[in-house]
Amino acid sequence: MTAQLRPTAAACPACVAAPAQAVEPAPQEARIALSLPGIHCQACIANVERALNAVPGVDSARVNLTLKRAMVEAAPDMQAADLIPVLEAAGYEAHELDPGAISATQTDRAGRDLLMRLAVAGFASMNVMLLSVSVWSGASDATRDMFHWISAAIALPAIAFSAKPFFVNAWSALRVRRLNMDVPIVLAILLALATSLWETSLSGEHAYFDAALTLTFFLLAGRYLDHRTRAVARSAAEELAALEVHRAIRLTSKGEEQVPVAELVPGDLVLVRPGGRMPVDGEIIEGRSELDRSLLTGETLPVYAEPGFAVSAGEVNLTGPLTVRATAVGQETSLHRMADLVAIAESGRSRYTSLADSAAKLYAPGVHILSALSFLGWYIYSGDLRTALNIAAAVLIITCPCALGLAVPAVTTAASGRLFRKGMLIKHATALERLAEIDTVVFDKTGTLTAGTPQLVNLGDVPLRDAQIALALAQASSHPLSASISAAAKEAGIAPSNVTEIEEVPGFGTQGVYQGQQVRLGRAAWVAAEPGAQTAAWLAVGTETPRAFLFHDALRPGAAEAVTALQQAGKDVRLISGDTRPAVEALADRLGINTWQAEALPADKALRVRDLTDQGHKVLMVGDGLNDTAALAAAHVSISPASALDAARVASDIVLLGHDLSPLADACATAVKATRRIRENFRIATVYNVIAVPLAVAGFATPLIAALAMSASSITVSLNALRLR
Amino acid sequence: MNILTYLIPISLLLGGAGLLGFIYTVRSNQYDDPEGDARRILNDEWDDKPKP
Repeated sequence: MTAQLRPTAAACPACVAAPAQAVEPAPQEARIALSLPGIHCQACIANVERALNAVPGVDSARVNLTLKRAMVEAAPDMQAADLIPVLEAAGYEAHELDPGAISATQTDRAGRDLLMRLAVAGFASMNVMLLSVSVWSGASDATRDMFHWISAAIALPAIAFSAKPFFVNAWSALRVRRLNMDVPIVLAILLALATSLWETSLSGEHAYFDAALTLTFFLLAGRYLDHRTRAVARSAAEELAALEVHRAIRLTSKGEEQVPVAELVPGDLVLVRPGGRMPVDGEIIEGRSELDRSLLTGETLPVYAEPGFAVSAGEVNLTGPLTVRATAVGQETSLHRMADLVAIAESGRSRYTSLADSAAKLYAPGVHILSALSFLGWYIYSGDLRTALNIAAAVLIITCPCALGLAVPAVTTAASGRLFRKGMLIKHATALERLAEIDTVVFDKTGTLTAGTPQLVNLGDVPLRDAQIALALAQASSHPLSASISAAAKEAGIAPSNVTEIEEVPGFGTQGVYQGQQVRLGRAAWVAAEPGAQTAAWLAVGTETPRAFLFHDALRPGAAEAVTALQQAGKDVRLISGDTRPAVEALADRLGINTWQAEALPADKALRVRDLTDQGHKVLMVGDGLNDTAALAAAHVSISPASALDAARVASDIVLLGHDLSPLADACATAVKATRRIRENFRIATVYNVIAVPLAVAGFATPLIAALAMSASSITVSLNALRLR
Repeated sequence: MNILTYLIPISLLLGGAGLLGFIYTVRSNQYDDPEGDARRILNDEWDDKPKP
């Protein structure tokens, strides 16, 4: 952001002789952005800033509480990984943000620009309004003319500056021979200014400078609200994207090096540690492990991976380190190829016209015809061009969509704010309107209704000795089934038994020695057991019969409530998953969902959603995986949790920020309410027009009546919108 | 009515001063962190001497 000015060598002749190094810019300061979701008060600001500033190498740190972020200027070799432990020691959760992905400055500039125009319009309209009040209360002759001229001197430059966004929009619409909401606005403003100038030069009684300015002010207020809502959503969405800092470990002849994923090329050897996500498509060269592919395919069970096995970007490595030779990187990975499916599906959605657009389509021609008719009528009736033009301007000003311009943004701002406090991020401008229309809800299973983490179900049936051995073995592994066993056992107050020589065999399980006997916890085949239908880990003690630890998917918190509430609201709830039949059936039974489909491929999901749409249903798709992406884009409106893959979040209209699913049903209710308010607002604006337009056409509209009607309708509309909070 | 010759320029000047003040606050990033700025004043760390 800070531009550095330094004199060029040519600017000072002596410098030419100076060594070249002297002119070279100082090493660029590292700018580190950290997300701090836990900060909330002045003490947090002080603690975080003190902790960061105490780190050697940090030049300055500043916390932004509104965005819950800290920006740090530090020495070039400083990494975010050096600062996160410092903050964690101080008791604050911190995540690295990719500073490149936060383009806050750019969106900020547009908002600042609007705010500046709004301020100028507000200043000018207040001054002109004061002058107008004296005209209305009886100033006459030379005084009135002087007031009109002063108003003109304020209004003309002020409108030229502050109404520029409308001029630009109207011109770009007219250039392609179309009408939008801005065309009648611009026409009204220009016609009002022109007739008022003419009237003033003839020492006439009526001038509409105040109306033109108030109009600009109210409309800019609507624009600004609209921009703010979107900017907040955009910056939160950017923050989600920035949280995924894409780095990979490349193996070269010199050893390991950390590089951005964008720099990898096919043929590179990439090391993926347990817990890491595959950055590229490729083939395993070395190592054995298990892969969690749930985000890509919806399968809950990890798959076994060994050298020669093909992996795709986005899969998560679970147990052992893997060396992968990249075959496709960046845009060519299967993860990115999915984007094509999304593009096809999205072309269908762009056909949706928002309420504001359909209102504008009815409204813009109507206003022009009405105003032209009253001009013609009066011209034929009185034969006076001046009267006829005056009345046409009055009609345009009174019908001008001041309240219409505020009707939608005011409601969406209030509704988005309400949903944001409940942890939902509205990404798309018309998402609320579309959400209000839905009658069918399609859920994905893994990662959406279920948390994607297995839960141990039969701990009570396992003898204490086996549970203790299992806990000792499970603690040594980061495999999800092991993590689940240790969590459940610790919660039941079981202490690990003394197992020695514990080692993890990547891809198979964990083994050790217990009282001279070999013990193993892992896959069925590894301990010589018969695999069953349910997800299970097996414990073998010596030569005894292996014992099964059975798991089912843990429900995401609020999933049951959300499904029940949606069903009670009369929505048709369905479940489509890429997982196996028994797993899907069990979950559908548990949640009371009657219509379900298992083993669905990504294209199947999108097809199913499109089928429902063709049958006349409005579908809400809730999903998180890559296999849902096409379906998310094909649905009428879509929601994904924040834990979803980047691609899924991009394809969906609404992002659920928290872990809890229960706000879903409430969001639908809020959306219905918001749409009702928008329609109400349109009706209020119409009522004002119905009262004021006959007055204007009949020639009774004075600037005073125009100002009153305009302000009153704008204020009623805004107040009505605020009822939603 | 001659008083208007003074009053109108004075009112415009005062209003204009307010407008310029507002534009200055926008330009100097004073609306970037409204919540944080409201809280920072409650912090007593730099009460005795200004932040260096």
